[in-house]
Amino acid sequence: MSIPADLKYTDTHEWVRKEADGSVSVGITHHAQDLLGDLVYVENPQVGRKFKKGEECGVVESVKAASDIYAPLSGEILAINEALADAPEKINESAYDAWMFRLRPDDAGELETLLDASGYGELVESESD
Amino acid sequence: MPFIPHTADDEREMLAECGVHRIDDLFDEIPDNLISKPLSAIPEGLSEMEVSRLMHDAARREGAFLNFIGAGAYEHHIPAAVWQIATRGEFYSAYTPYQAEASQGTLQVLYEYQSMMCALTAMDVTNASLYDGASALAEAVLMAVRLHKSARRVLVPAALHPAYRSAVRTIVSNQGIEISEVPYCPESGRTLAQTVKGKLDAQVAAVVIAQPNFFGVLEDVDGLTELAHDAGIAVIACVNPVSLALFKPPGKWGGDGVDVAVGDGQPLGIPLASGGPYFGFLACKQNLVRQMPGRVVGRTVDLDGKPGFTLTLQAREQHIRRSKATSNICTNQGLAVTAAAIHLSLLGAEGLRRVAVQSHVNMKRLLGLLAGIKGVNQKFDGGVFHESVVSLGKPVSEVCDTLREAGIVAGYPLGKAYPELDDSILVCTTETRSEADLQLYADMMTRCIGDT
Repeated sequence: MSIPADLKYTDTHEWVRKEADGSVSVGITHHAQDLLGDLVYVENPQVGRKFKKGEECGVVESVKAASDIYAPLSGEILAINEALADAPEKINESAYDAWMFRLRPDDAGELETLLDASGYGELVESESD
Repeated sequence: MPFIPHTADDEREMLAECGVHRIDDLFDEIPDNLISKPLSAIPEGLSEMEVSRLMHDAARREGAFLNFIGAGAYEHHIPAAVWQIATRGEFYSAYTPYQAEASQGTLQVLYEYQSMMCALTAMDVTNASLYDGASALAEAVLMAVRLHKSARRVLVPAALHPAYRSAVRTIVSNQGIEISEVPYCPESGRTLAQTVKGKLDAQVAAVVIAQPNFFGVLEDVDGLTELAHDAGIAVIACVNPVSLALFKPPGKWGGDGVDVAVGDGQPLGIPLASGGPYFGFLACKQNLVRQMPGRVVGRTVDLDGKPGFTLTLQAREQHIRRSKATSNICTNQGLAVTAAAIHLSLLGAEGLRRVAVQSHVNMKRLLGLLAGIKGVNQKFDGGVFHESVVSLGKPVSEVCDTLREAGIVAGYPLGKAYPELDDSILVCTTETRSEADLQLYADMMTRCIGDT
């Protein structure tokens, strides 16, 4: 099980990395891509759109399922990873390098409400029971 | 062994355990006025022999009418081989099998159908069909609104089939989508670019263009498509598939082509049958494929590299996405589509073109004959395919009744759907009308109207 210690996590299986400029990068966890299987399509939000924490803001689609992506924090979309449009398999290959979008949080403190690596590890453990 | 879940003894025991006497006692809570009663107006059942006697008598009494009504469902010649083949045991199932890939033949038929519809519409992809043309249009409207993300208004021409307009409203209005009607030009019967232009703003997600429109009139599809695309608005074409053998396909309208093309597949080998079952087709651009509802069959190779067919893009269908599915009306009309694929194969591109040409030529001939009758006029001056609005100098119902007595169904009275056209009927000729049929129609009209 791969859960990097320097990231934050949601209970809907997104990972969140704090960047130097105060924005955050968001992707889906190794565990999530493992459950979905081979990804074939990533639908990212529009740059500039604002989302509330927990709001649906994208979809990842595999050969067997399509799953919503939820905004981990309230904020505005700054950028999306265009490379995923043609190569969604990057998420399968390396989930923590294949960020989906960057978001500027309305409230930087909200990051602390997310799960840390051990908290997420426990969640995965409990869901696999 | 027969499957009998409960014996009479089981039921008695269970009822005793519940402390009631009859099964109906379990439903005591339901108010009496909500419980359905025996249907008094429905007669007792008849045997097959009695029913077929009844139907034959009715057919003899009513006679076989010479039909000049189109209005969305068209009487074309269907080669006898079409339904002979379609009703073979291997095809004669109206549903995609549940273990789809085990039925390679069914999937191949659907794949061939999809390929033919792509060729006919000049679009990138089609699904394996929907219920009918009207529901396909509603799905196209939903696709366009999902695509746009912010705007929720769709412009629909008043010259679109009234049943389509009402079905679209029924399906989309509860989803917060607004349908705004674009009036037609009273002289030409067309939907004018300037009228559409006046209704374009940031709230508009898509424009529907009907070709030909309900009046049989041909729209300026290139101009309308370009107008909408220049404003960043999606274009949905609603087309008669037979007409595509003659006219520019929606995939080429206005240079880029439309975003979604839909229509009713009935003219492709499906007989007129009191309103159905027909089938709807829906084709779109490649970039919209993930917004497209319904089943899609793809061609692939198996582990040994041998070609085969498979359902694809299923991840957004309701058995996986449930309430978040692209659509919850995504079955297909398997049998009707099988017949259409066979019909198109038998006719070929050239055959379909001849059907379209002959239908059009017959309409021009009929209009020529009617032009000589005092009181009868072609209502609109816009060019037509195989239907036209004709105004009569006399009350429409009177004329229609008189012609009906002579065995002719004169046309579709327009007054109900378009009160301003209550002096007019919509007349259709397909390739099935002979020269003599047209002459008889004109003669009867002359007798009925022209004698003033």
